[in-house]
Amino acid sequence: MPTRSDILARATRLRMTFEAAGAQVVDPPLLQPAETLLDLYGEDIRARAYITSDALRGEQMLRPDFTVPVVQMHMREGAEPARYTYAGEVFRRQEHDPDRANEYVQVGYEVFDRNDPASADAEVFALIALQLRGLPLRAATGDIGILMAAVEGLNTTEKRKSALMRHIWRPRRFRSLLERYAGRGTVPESRKKLLSTEGALSGSAPEIGKRRAAEVDARVDLLRADAAMPPISEHELLALEALMAVRETLPYAIEQMRDIAVDLPAILPALDRLEARTAAMKARGIDVDTLDFEASYGRTSMEYYDGFVFGFYAEGHPGLPPLASGGRYDALTRQLGQGGEIPAVGAVLRPDLMLMLEEGKS
Amino acid sequence: MSLKLGVPSKGRLMEKTFDWFAKRGVTLSRTGSEREYAGAVEGVEGMELILLSASEIPRELAAGRIHLGVTGTDLVQEKLPRWEQQVEELEPMGFGFADLVLAVPQFWIDVDNLDDLDAVAAAFRQTHGHRLRIATKYHRLVREFLNEAGVADYQLVDSQGATEGTVKNETAEMVADITSTGETLRANHLKLLSDGLVLKSQATLWRSREASYSAEEKSALKALLKGIEQAG
Repeated sequence: MPTRSDILARATRLRMTFEAAGAQVVDPPLLQPAETLLDLYGEDIRARAYITSDALRGEQMLRPDFTVPVVQMHMREGAEPARYTYAGEVFRRQEHDPDRANEYVQVGYEVFDRNDPASADAEVFALIALQLRGLPLRAATGDIGILMAAVEGLNTTEKRKSALMRHIWRPRRFRSLLERYAGRGTVPESRKKLLSTEGALSGSAPEIGKRRAAEVDARVDLLRADAAMPPISEHELLALEALMAVRETLPYAIEQMRDIAVDLPAILPALDRLEARTAAMKARGIDVDTLDFEASYGRTSMEYYDGFVFGFYAEGHPGLPPLASGGRYDALTRQLGQGGEIPAVGAVLRPDLMLMLEEGKS
Repeated sequence: MSLKLGVPSKGRLMEKTFDWFAKRGVTLSRTGSEREYAGAVEGVEGMELILLSASEIPRELAAGRIHLGVTGTDLVQEKLPRWEQQVEELEPMGFGFADLVLAVPQFWIDVDNLDDLDAVAAAFRQTHGHRLRIATKYHRLVREFLNEAGVADYQLVDSQGATEGTVKNETAEMVADITSTGETLRANHLKLLSDGLVLKSQATLWRSREASYSAEEKSALKALLKGIEQAG
């Protein structure tokens, strides 16, 4: 196993490489205010991050990643365009698998640039791939933006679309919502009963708590209105399912998705962006013809990514976390930007896993 | 050393545990004054009774400081990550039944199941500017349950007692609590979600996988298990 000083030395070298590529070194604090992260990720983050507290600052989190503090710093004081790099520990609480590290070193490279997102995507991917050359890895790529465009373009109500959009990163709930809106599956008895009523409903139970009767009535009205809407059409549903199942080398994936776009024309601009990115990657010497593309990649673990996503995995080590992962997170800059926003893309490397794999090879 | 059995030190749970063991030929009793947490065991050689708070028993089992313990499934699963590897379930004891359930105000006629809850949580956050609060003392169990179900936009707030009252006091919008009959929930104008059963719990006899067992302790355990098996 690589020693801690080996890992830190490699991390420093990688950060210097990124610095040489034009990035400015940043060093966010280890302790992050918990509130921002809880707002972003919800309660689930408590299972994944270490939380501590004091009487003055309240709950603090040992940083579970660098992206959020780097985005906050950039939105507060960054000049444009900007490239940042960092190296340091992140902390992940482990409750199930004792073999997974709860503390490890990440080295990252983040690009905030309004010009030519395709080129920025390719720049980050190529720079990461360069650091990993020679290792027996498989790259996975995807694009959450295509799925989001497909949902946005569905021929149904805004309410349904935003409910689906909210659960893009929770595939199971996404599927159950989709089936409900498509009129598949059965309507629960309680819902049928509720829908058989009319007007404002006042029961015998007292109104308690902060959620008021007016909110209950408003939702009942919404449910009635929704029940009157036609289901999502069969051909749109099938096209969406076909889209989520696309898993091919990049050129074939693009071909398949162009076919699917006949039924989901709203994804065409996103496919154009994918092709522009592919061309930019090719121009940087990436062998795009053999690169894997999965339309559903990145939907389970990378909640803030909303465009290009990628990861590098060790061949023959299916249990090992990715050696590198990254993607585009434009929406995160909007959420943390207090009115501002900027297209952004970045990635992190795991020097510990790189060293481990190199040792195994020699 | 003797085989250490941890039993809840107070109330009905202790009495019912004593009854349960008595039916299996093992007499447990408290010794000394009411305030003293000491006990005696008759019927099995080399066994020792330790009286503890029910909520401490999972931790003592996991630390291997007691060999056997009586406590609810709920407490074991909440307090011990990867509990199967730390303790073995020997015998469900048929009392102390309690379900960990999700409950919302009765007047929420638009909420029957987890799908509804998720939709309401999203709307609530938009309206009120904070996530929908669920009062509970079972943080891990509830979080894992809701995560598995894909419910978002909620937050857990800690409540170590009188949890049902938190909604009325507006410190939470709903609760996740232990109930045996649902009566306390109903009295507080709360109702269960149809698919909101997080866990079914009852008093259970557990064996620590972490404790070490001497020859003497092993034979005491064997004798005890034989008595339980014959009564079963």
